[in-house]
Amino acid sequence: MSNDSKKWYSFNLNKSDKSDSCGCGSNSGSCSDEKPKDGYDQIMDVSMDRRSAFKKITAGFLIGAGAVSSSCSVVSGDESKEKSGIEWDEYFKGNYKLMTDEDKTETVDRLTRSYELRTGKKLNMSSKDAEEDVLFGYAFNISKCQGYMDCVNACVEENNQDRASEMQYIRIHEMEDGKGFNFEESDDNYYHEVPADGHFYMGTQCFHCDNPPCVEVCPVQATWKEKDGIVVIDYDWCVGCRYCMAACPYDGRRFNWKTPEVPEQEVNKNQHYLGNRLRKKGVMEKCTFCIQRSREGQNPACVEACPTGSRTFGNLLDPKSNIRWILENKKVFRLKEDLGTEPKFWYYMD
Amino acid sequence: MKTLRVFRSLIKDGFLEVTHGSRAYHIWMAVLSFIMLFGMYNYSIQLEEGLSATGMTDRVSWGLYISNFTFLVGVAAAAVMLVLPAYVLKNIDFKQAVLIGEGLAVAALCMCLAFVVADMGGPARLWHMLPVIGVFNFPNSMLTWDVLVLNGYLFINITIPMYILVMRYQGKVPNPKIYIPGVFLSVFWAVGIHMITAFLYQGLQARPFWNNALLGPRFLASAFAAGPALIIIVLAIIRKFTAFKVPDNTIKKISMIVTVAAQINLIMLISELFKEFYAPTHHSISAVYLFFGLEGKTALLPWIWTSISLNVVATVALTFHKVRSNLKILYVLCGMLFIAIWIEKGFGLIVPGFIPGPWGKIAEYTPSLVEISVTLGIWAMGAFIFTILAKTGIAVELGQIVYKKK
Repeated sequence: MSNDSKKWYSFNLNKSDKSDSCGCGSNSGSCSDEKPKDGYDQIMDVSMDRRSAFKKITAGFLIGAGAVSSSCSVVSGDESKEKSGIEWDEYFKGNYKLMTDEDKTETVDRLTRSYELRTGKKLNMSSKDAEEDVLFGYAFNISKCQGYMDCVNACVEENNQDRASEMQYIRIHEMEDGKGFNFEESDDNYYHEVPADGHFYMGTQCFHCDNPPCVEVCPVQATWKEKDGIVVIDYDWCVGCRYCMAACPYDGRRFNWKTPEVPEQEVNKNQHYLGNRLRKKGVMEKCTFCIQRSREGQNPACVEACPTGSRTFGNLLDPKSNIRWILENKKVFRLKEDLGTEPKFWYYMD
Repeated sequence: MKTLRVFRSLIKDGFLEVTHGSRAYHIWMAVLSFIMLFGMYNYSIQLEEGLSATGMTDRVSWGLYISNFTFLVGVAAAAVMLVLPAYVLKNIDFKQAVLIGEGLAVAALCMCLAFVVADMGGPARLWHMLPVIGVFNFPNSMLTWDVLVLNGYLFINITIPMYILVMRYQGKVPNPKIYIPGVFLSVFWAVGIHMITAFLYQGLQARPFWNNALLGPRFLASAFAAGPALIIIVLAIIRKFTAFKVPDNTIKKISMIVTVAAQINLIMLISELFKEFYAPTHHSISAVYLFFGLEGKTALLPWIWTSISLNVVATVALTFHKVRSNLKILYVLCGMLFIAIWIEKGFGLIVPGFIPGPWGKIAEYTPSLVEISVTLGIWAMGAFIFTILAKTGIAVELGQIVYKKK
């Protein structure tokens, strides 16, 4: 694994060469190989067998008794039978990371069908994998940002975040001129006209680290780094221990403390399994670089919405991309570099 | 087959034993049951509403549950302080205390596991962590290590006393060749559970307050002060209410352990305070919040200063042989030390880790009533489990329940 093509300074803190979806820049050669599986993963690999085996084992368990009784009931209607059948299959499905393509299509079908049964509306949910030779990165121009927060609103609408608790992935920090990047004294919750005199603005969100501490600590591998560098969460596999939240140095993760509420007419129906599909209570979520958009070749919603052009998103492996031009021609820096997390989110000034 | 029959008979006799007792005993168990039920009712509210029923937020995402979990791992680990001399060094004095100590470890571990489950956002999905059918992020995640060592420790601490009790129950002498290796294992294991629980926090570069090399050793020192302190109090109660004989000498020896551990703990506290406040850096800001408050946010101040004063007074007093030898005073000092460490290693450690947040945001944490009730319920559950174990164990030890061959 060579680091030659890396466009940023790397600490090489021994961790960079053990992830399966590596962000080393070249997707050829050893990097595209899967990592050697350890004991649990080897067993996990036969995911179909495991699932069916587990179904048998737990068939008698009390926990599923309700679902069984209604799905086997002769009295209840076809729809409610189908509903509980879906619930049953969804409860016992495996980790998305280890699913076969067939499994992925099945669960996506179940989720869209379940939404249709509940609301009568159709969803468009994708399970598109990362493309070859793509590694996403992001750059933020501190000189341009005026703190309008259009990015925040666009993000909330695009990603179906809980309206009740006003969950936001992006935080815009208002900083005083002449004090440098002083986060302690900055305000990330302002309600006044912007740009305020004598202030500048700086946005933070999930930095999609190349060496993400949140991924390391997850006890069930419910969060991982995809091949295109996006750090994602399987919302159905997360057990809600919030260890990743404690491990994130950038405040990039959010937790659903209660059932998220999104009014039906505001639901963005263009979804991705790992992205903006509707979440449930008790699971983590975070910025996914709008995976449902970026994997279709579009910019994330925040980039699109920014009226000042301070946000740039693109493929780090494409020498002709804007992001590469910025990295090569601007004095870029990243936050808390001393922690060795290797964020794929750079800041620069004009 | 025979062992099974003996075991079944022991369970039956044990059941009779724990359902009969003095009026005080029945009141005690009734009160515990009531608190447990109240806790369960509150947990059902939490299940229904989600963790928003607690005081935790995105800013302070671990609270009372994880604090108590951390502290109780220490109490569980401390049981070995009694196991070691009793079994290996053939110190007769300690033997009675050991069964009590291991019973305490089992109860503490059950509470630990209950606190972790209570803290989960999706307890129904916990099967994702089971081997074979789930995905276990071992060895990368320290949490998986902790799951392994805690359950292993629970297993060891159930099997060793169980073997001894089953043998005594039949009027036989337990064979040291069978249980001594287990005892050795549990000694190393106990250090392990505590170090690994410390590593859980210590390994997070995101939280400078925890990311310090002293955390593990300090966990051990405080555990070996708080755990035996609790055992002394429990022994005092047992001595008073049952026929179980615990000589003064045993309690005095345990108090020696408490004293040394408390002294070491105090030295480490001083070392930590020196590092944070002699040349304060950005990373000291959580400590500033904990001890002095930040921007008028001072929720932890009364707690931590209570803890430190109790800690210092108890440790200094314990250091004097004359004071320590007076059992009445000793019990009070042990109680003080226990509370001091519960604060210091509980929310005095967990909450400041999150304050200020990664971008300097200072948002305080106040546990909700639901959270406090669930916590009380789990503590009552621990006391309930311990009472059952101790009562059966004592009855077997005293020869009150014996296996009758038919």
